[in-house]
Amino acid sequence: MIVIKGLRKSFNGFEVLKGVDLALPENHITFIMGQSGTGKSVLLKHIVGLIKPDEGEIRFENQDITKLSEKELQKVRKNIGFLFQEGALFDSMTVGENVAFPLKEHFKLSAKEIKSQVEELLDAVGLLASKDKFPSELSGGMKKRAALARTLALKPKVILFDEPTTGLDPILQVSILQLIKDIKEKYQLTCAIISHDVALALKFADYIAFLHQGRILKFGTPDEIKQAEEEFIQNFLRSALL
Amino acid sequence: MNILRFLGKSFLKVLEDSGGIFLFFLKSLIYFFTPPFRLKHLIKHMEFIGVKSFLVVFLTALFSGMVTAYQVNIALAKVGSQSILGGAVALTLTRELGPVLTAIVVVARAGSAICAEIGSMRITEQIDALKIMAVNPIQYLISPRLWAAILVVPLLTAIADLIGIAGGYVVGVFLVKIDPGLLTARMTDMVEFKDIMSGILKSIFFGAFLVSVCGYKGYNVRGGAEGVGRATTEAVVVSTVGILVMDYILTTLFF
Ligand SMILES: Nc1ncnc2c1ncn2[C@@H]1O[C@H](COP(=O)(O)OP(=O)(O)OP(=O)(O)O)[C@@H](O)[C@H]1O
Ligand SMILES: [Mg+2]
Repeated sequence: MIVIKGLRKSFNGFEVLKGVDLALPENHITFIMGQSGTGKSVLLKHIVGLIKPDEGEIRFENQDITKLSEKELQKVRKNIGFLFQEGALFDSMTVGENVAFPLKEHFKLSAKEIKSQVEELLDAVGLLASKDKFPSELSGGMKKRAALARTLALKPKVILFDEPTTGLDPILQVSILQLIKDIKEKYQLTCAIISHDVALALKFADYIAFLHQGRILKFGTPDEIKQAEEEFIQNFLRSALL
Repeated sequence: MNILRFLGKSFLKVLEDSGGIFLFFLKSLIYFFTPPFRLKHLIKHMEFIGVKSFLVVFLTALFSGMVTAYQVNIALAKVGSQSILGGAVALTLTRELGPVLTAIVVVARAGSAICAEIGSMRITEQIDALKIMAVNPIQYLISPRLWAAILVVPLLTAIADLIGIAGGYVVGVFLVKIDPGLLTARMTDMVEFKDIMSGILKSIFFGAFLVSVCGYKGYNVRGGAEGVGRATTEAVVVSTVGILVMDYILTTLFF
């Protein structure tokens, strides 16, 4: 569904992505792992056109996203959701208004329908009680869940999650991933999840992609990753189990 | 050599900024008429810019009118034509002080807030979040503010003219003891409709200009909280100086 070919990107002469090739299989969850600062967030931002590459292409539904104008991108973006690493909630709106925002912008719904959808989404991420709070009144993990609810509201076909579980307690981490998995199955979504958590990745991923030194070092199912010979991956897995 | 390089660099930066601000202005101006229409936002920002600047505009205009009357009276007393005091004050206010002071008050009151708010949305990725949700950030954030200023700044200017003239009247009648009938008669003789309109028209340009500058500076913030602070200072300086320069150019060319 999404195919990335030869993606390169430098910032101020420093090359972050050095020719990334990656395909996100349709209706599956792909985890993207790698060290901090290797460009995982940068990679995902390319897929929604927030960053333009220096070279390479990204195919989504038979078009190259990197060549689209802002106006054409708007159509694509209705189909691709993105969860920001820091949430990026609108701080002038309450949690409920944040979640209602994409609904109001893109669907012709009555106030009542919006309210019931917002409550359903907030309930799913366990934030119904915080509906009328402002983002500044939330903890880090609560912000993340509120942002998740807002991302889900648009019902996109593809969702890219930039560290949805980082900073949450273990119980919430599992329940959030379970939620993502349920939603994926219910709506036939294609998901990419950035995560540093090896155990969660092995449990919830259909595929895992390792980003290392600006390229995809290895792509495979969790079992294939466990068997991988690459020393970096073995190190990565081992460190997680210490 | 270094000075030349510095001047060259500054000149290029000014050109780049002016071009950027102008394009930003055109986009904001036009996007307002593309759906979804943001009338609620327009009204909210009209309230923010208008109602909340009202008291400051009121006080500024009142005291400017009074002090202008006082100073002009000193000048007129030397040639013994104090009866035209009201007219002189009204002309100064409607043609110059009203629009310029109002615009500068709005820069300080609303322009700086616009820059800081948009800038902090930029650094916390809220602007990117709008894009991701297929909402055009300029259409959502800037267009309603731009049109709010275009509509509200001239209204504030009209109010400033009125208050300033009232201040001048008080000084003229009670301090200088000019006959109130004479003062108002000379005022209505001297001030023509086109004098008032020239000030109001200028204020429309000022309103559009200040939102374009402050919005642009906020929209292009780089580098954290410090970046927002720097951008806000720049926005206020550029808007204020720009308004004065524009005032001279518009006045000599058109009014
Ligand atoms: N807008 C930008 N301008 C300049 N450099 C950037 C920009 N965005 C990212 N970078 C650089 O790109 C590199 C990769 O950043 P990125 O945020 O993608 O890392 P990451 O893999 O997501 O790390 P983490 O796991 O810590 O979130 C970093 O060296 C960063 O400094
Ligand atoms: Mg990251």
